[in-house]
Amino acid sequence: MTPYEQWVALLTLMRKEIRRYTRIWSQTLLPSAITMSLYFLIFGNLIGSRIGEMGGVSYMEFVVPGLIMMAIVTNSYANVVSSFFGSKFNNSIEELLVSPTPNHIILLGFVTGGVSRGMLVAVIVTVVASLFVDLHIHSYGVVIAVVAMTSILFSLCGLINAVFANTFDDINIVPTFVLTPLTYLGGVFYSLELLPDFWASVSQANPLVYVVNAFRYGMLGVSDVSVGFAFAMIGAFTLVAYWYAAYLIRTGRRLRT
Amino acid sequence: MSPALEIIGLEKTYANGLQALKGIDLRVENGDFFALLGPNGAGKSTTIGVICSLVNKSAGTVRVKGVDIDENFPAAKRHLGVVPQEFNFNVFEIVEDILIHQAGYYGIPLKTALQRIDLYLEKLGLADKRHTRARMLSGGMKRRLMIARALIHEPSVLILDEPTAGVDIEMRRSMYEFLREINAAGTTIILTTHYLEEAESLCRNIAIINHGKIVTNTSIKNLLRELHREIFILDSREPLPQDLAVDGFTVSRKDDYCIEAQIEQGQDLAELMARLHNKGVSIISMRNRENRLEQMFVSLLEQAS
Repeated sequence: MTPYEQWVALLTLMRKEIRRYTRIWSQTLLPSAITMSLYFLIFGNLIGSRIGEMGGVSYMEFVVPGLIMMAIVTNSYANVVSSFFGSKFNNSIEELLVSPTPNHIILLGFVTGGVSRGMLVAVIVTVVASLFVDLHIHSYGVVIAVVAMTSILFSLCGLINAVFANTFDDINIVPTFVLTPLTYLGGVFYSLELLPDFWASVSQANPLVYVVNAFRYGMLGVSDVSVGFAFAMIGAFTLVAYWYAAYLIRTGRRLRT
Repeated sequence: MSPALEIIGLEKTYANGLQALKGIDLRVENGDFFALLGPNGAGKSTTIGVICSLVNKSAGTVRVKGVDIDENFPAAKRHLGVVPQEFNFNVFEIVEDILIHQAGYYGIPLKTALQRIDLYLEKLGLADKRHTRARMLSGGMKRRLMIARALIHEPSVLILDEPTAGVDIEMRRSMYEFLREINAAGTTIILTTHYLEEAESLCRNIAIINHGKIVTNTSIKNLLRELHREIFILDSREPLPQDLAVDGFTVSRKDDYCIEAQIEQGQDLAELMARLHNKGVSIISMRNRENRLEQMFVSLLEQAS
């Protein structure tokens, strides 16, 4: 395919993916706004007012970056895993596989869908958060870079999950048993400084720690880990996920017989 | 000039050890209307799957318009349009979107795609379903939608895997007409079907596959020439006489107005008619008891077994 034709194929996939989740916005966009409002209200406002400061800022301010990042992670993952598995389930993935669309465009198309939903939800959740607390951005560059890299990483993870999933139950296993615990243990609601040394060290293996802290640095200028190291870790995880997702698409594992 | 499709020594063994294709050789010339026939599980869909990249082959070479799929699959895919046996589109999308997406995957800009959508929906009788969700279409309409989708990038080779399954007779006839039309315009068509009269009426050449091997690959005319015996049903104007014996022919009475006659290769049907006429039997219509190709198909499969 010529570069122009590849661009047309990518636009087609992006249009399809974005239309898919905007058409069912009450199932894809609204739940995050409601859930995060409850988090802000209960953890930030009611409980947070009794906790006082954490990491040098009010508890409400402290949890906002983590909650926004949680929404980005879950939404970018959920979008790609459900869309790609849905295509597999109804065999419409064959429309793509029989076409000359290159594998990297297929990958990019699905990832773009996940990234756009993650970012859209981030905007919605940020607007909701601004109703509870005055938001300040410490570094726009860091915020944008972390949001982009995180949504790409978890979109790729969603695609990998979808390739291996055989049933709709399989696409819920990772979000329920892996993603949610990692998010809660990733420092969304507490500073790693509160943990005993051993558990603080264990937490270093959790990719969500880097995502949450890098984003918290971008918004508040505070972080439990070095921001440079956090970027390096997110970048490394993203490269590994891209390589593996590209390998799965190229070899047609679980897609071709 | 390279043939439309060339398959050499194609083999496929699935992960469970099933050897679906055992070294298939096949050649389909440009502009042909080609039938690939075989019983269920013979390897037809696996062959098609390999050609269009949904099945990874174990060995062999496949070339589409001279392009080796191992060397440049994307280029080979551009020549191919595929109508699979099972519905494989998102039933929650509207007809137009399904076609726009497929066009986009081939790099066709939206403006051109919309023009082609007008054309093919009109030709396939789906123009009024353009904004209908695919799940609301009947089985026949869904099949026609898949044909429109396969043609949206105007391929030079169209592969149809049982395209008329579940389609009513009237719609089937209009599909035949449409397929003849695009074949006449230069598109090579490869068809698999269980309706043998469909293959006989549409196709010029044929391959029969069984247990992963090609049993025969020839023109339909040649194949039918090999038929040693045909059985005809003859209808009489008047009630038939009790003694119906005709020298040199095997005839039997089915009912008061109907005769079953067996014509061996080399026997003259006109001679039978003349002899019946001499007996005072006036034939007003006649037909084959069973499809000739079907007779040959069964006979070849029995031989192969």
